[in-house]
Amino acid sequence: MLAKIFIKPKKGILDPQGKAVSGALARLGFNRIQDVRIGKYIEIKFDAGDTDTAQSDVRSMCETLLVNKVIEDFTFEIAEE
Amino acid sequence: MPKIKAGVIVFPGTNCDRDTYYALKQTMGCEVDSVWYETKTLRKYQLIVIPGGFSYGDYLRAGALARFSPVMEALREYTEKKGLILGICNGFQILLEAMMLPGAMQRNDTLKFICKDVQVRVERNDTPFTLLYKKGDRIQIPIAHAQGNYYGSEQTLASLEKQNQIVFRYCDESGNTTEQSNPNGSLHNIAGLCNSETTILAMMPHPERASDSTLGNDEGRKIFLSIKKALS
Repeated sequence: MLAKIFIKPKKGILDPQGKAVSGALARLGFNRIQDVRIGKYIEIKFDAGDTDTAQSDVRSMCETLLVNKVIEDFTFEIAEE
Repeated sequence: MPKIKAGVIVFPGTNCDRDTYYALKQTMGCEVDSVWYETKTLRKYQLIVIPGGFSYGDYLRAGALARFSPVMEALREYTEKKGLILGICNGFQILLEAMMLPGAMQRNDTLKFICKDVQVRVERNDTPFTLLYKKGDRIQIPIAHAQGNYYGSEQTLASLEKQNQIVFRYCDESGNTTEQSNPNGSLHNIAGLCNSETTILAMMPHPERASDSTLGNDEGRKIFLSIKKALS
């Protein structure tokens, strides 16, 4: 199975990287930009048996290590390879 | 009087451990060990320092991988015995990731690695780490980090203020905590925090780099001397 994990800064938290990139895009003439938020994308290949186990494993990986819940939110998808 | 036993934790990627070792040995006169991250007990120490550096290359998030090292288990056991812990720079990031202190570090709002002297104000001197300072003292001390922009939720910040857990704040040369004197965007100008029992101090500035006049700055020396006094 393949887990696709999307991590992004929590709503309302200043994202210094996103702010800088937003400024750079505006300078390049992309003047319709309203906001840029930069996060992380993680792919994990694994063997979890069934989808329910996979869901709970990935959630647990995120909550234990991959995501800092003080500043980040996450979503994920599980795909059969 | 027996010497104070101190341990400096060394992770793969730690790089301020030798400077810290020197400060503990020369300034405090401690018996110091470098403690490898695979160590499983810290029972014999009275002081543990988590020094600066880039543990595990700062991969994923600064401090995130170090948090799961064997030595961190030992550190929790050590905490239960009320042993003193000083976390410097990466040490601060690790203590946050380990949830031994609340909040998180974000990238500096300038997006740059900042290495320079800053001014910080001592907010309380009733901790083992600051007892030789006066409340309101301003000290010049170097910072060197890319992720020192402290974030805590409104609730966390209110609780830190209420419980008086902010030990150092970035300030200007007159001791005012202004936005301009805040080098990294840290909320409430936070440069250093303690736990409610004051047994843990975590700070972004590097006192070991300001611990001896031969280094050109000894304004951080009193941190080490305070710990020495508290443990003697």
